[in-house]
Amino acid sequence: MEFRQITTIAGKEFWDRIRNRWVLAVALVFTVFALVIAYFGGAQQGTVGFRSIEFTIASLVSLVIYLVPLIALILGFDAIVGERERGSLDLLLSLPITRFELLLGKFFGLAGALTFSTISGFGLVAVVLSAQLDLAGLFHYFGFMLSSVLLGMVFLSLAVMLSVFAGDRAHASGLAIALWFFFVLVFDLLLLGALVVTGGSYGGEIFPYLLLLNPADVFRILNIFSLDDVRSLYGLSTVFPKALAAPWLLGLVMCAWIATPLAIAAWRFRK
Amino acid sequence: MHVRNVHKHYGAVHAVDGVDLAVSRGELFGLIGHNGAGKSTLFKMMLGLLPMSSGEILIDGESATGSTFRSVRQRIGYLPENVVLYDNLTGLETLQFFSRLKGASSLDCLPALERVGLTDAARRRVREYSKGMRQRLGFAQALLGSPRILFLDEPTTGLDPEAIREFYTILRGLKAEGVTIVLTSHILAEIQERVDRLAIMANGRIQALGTVQALREQMDLPLWFDIRIAAQHFDTVRNLLGDLPISAIEAHDEHVSVRCGRDAKMAVIEALAGLNGKMLDLHVREPSLEDVFFGFSD
Repeated sequence: MEFRQITTIAGKEFWDRIRNRWVLAVALVFTVFALVIAYFGGAQQGTVGFRSIEFTIASLVSLVIYLVPLIALILGFDAIVGERERGSLDLLLSLPITRFELLLGKFFGLAGALTFSTISGFGLVAVVLSAQLDLAGLFHYFGFMLSSVLLGMVFLSLAVMLSVFAGDRAHASGLAIALWFFFVLVFDLLLLGALVVTGGSYGGEIFPYLLLLNPADVFRILNIFSLDDVRSLYGLSTVFPKALAAPWLLGLVMCAWIATPLAIAAWRFRK
Repeated sequence: MHVRNVHKHYGAVHAVDGVDLAVSRGELFGLIGHNGAGKSTLFKMMLGLLPMSSGEILIDGESATGSTFRSVRQRIGYLPENVVLYDNLTGLETLQFFSRLKGASSLDCLPALERVGLTDAARRRVREYSKGMRQRLGFAQALLGSPRILFLDEPTTGLDPEAIREFYTILRGLKAEGVTIVLTSHILAEIQERVDRLAIMANGRIQALGTVQALREQMDLPLWFDIRIAAQHFDTVRNLLGDLPISAIEAHDEHVSVRCGRDAKMAVIEALAGLNGKMLDLHVREPSLEDVFFGFSD
């Protein structure tokens, strides 16, 4: 494997997103939303202004679960199929580069752009709030940013996989929307529905493991479980065993969620 | 380049069915055929983009797939048909990107742009380029890294007549440097006087292979004599050609057109010498590559 080929592709993808102001736009969206949530998140309860980092993170988690997967899917759905459709894929593959190097380059370049937007967008908010945060608060916020980056990479990896399988861009965009609906909206409803239908008598033990099958849920647990104030609010401690909620373990699950779609994409793209 | 007994099957469909071909160094070789004749599939297998069902393709004695793929591909230049390059890059950045992937020097980029006449547009975004300029940029990309063999798929699409002439001038220069060139084209009139040899593909097979002249002779297509002569001498022409194996003779205004087989060509010329200066002009029309093509591919 030639590292130089991967960095050449990744560099082009990254600078493309910088130059067309994609990174700037996404970072701004994150900053504005995060600031609005931090200052006006409690408006429904009649309070305005920054309350606590725990409640801010809890609100941000709900936002990130909707927004980051969507942005990552939009970013990556045409990574390969777009090149194929414009006829440049054959040209790239006629060069001294393997298909795997091309795929990794695409992924790392796009992941770099998404990570840069996430860190700078939410990081700016941390700077604004830093005067009101203690070290523990900053640590929690840093964990939230890191897990947001991981969540973005999971959905980017899924998007790149779609872009290898799809026959054309329209097909790929349809699949991306379907994937977003499934993981962000439908999955939890199905799980909840199954629990209610069975009266909670079946699946109680495997329920926490089923949550690991949805990266959005893993992200939620990763952030909420570490916040003592919020955990009880979400009622999570009653359904999710503490041993399974270890951040390093959930982090590993997220990494597996990044690696697996990429591996499937690489396998499919070989042909 | 050697192509030996190459097959490509998709289930029961034989897209390429036993192709043998050898293209020598410095040769300008044309590959023509109807859509679906198998030439794109063969082209992709030559580049190592598509695995063969069986057979062997060697470039400079090495395969474009497997362990030698990087070194072989560094020596290949490829211009795909209808390629759309990256709109948000400038012409120069496009070439720098491809030169890095090809392992070529970035110092090659400006001379390549100059060679295709895009020096002035080097720092303009590709989205501002016309169709012809994009095609020339694609061609410049194929020239990066001083390739030993060029694969050009419909390279003159979108070029105006002047640019087409410049394009073939560049190809002649590359040929003189020993670069082997394989190209496909649908515009047969354009390539018939320019390629050294060509292959006509149909149904996944090579139906004919050779120089344009050799293929004309092989097809034994009739040729035409267009004689310009005053109408009062039409009968003289008919009398002179009376005993020869002429397949058609048509007279109108100041013209007599005579169709005959290739074997009668010299006899007709000798007979026409008997007109003793009455002839105002003479034009011999050889069958075009299009006539040859339809003869072989139908």
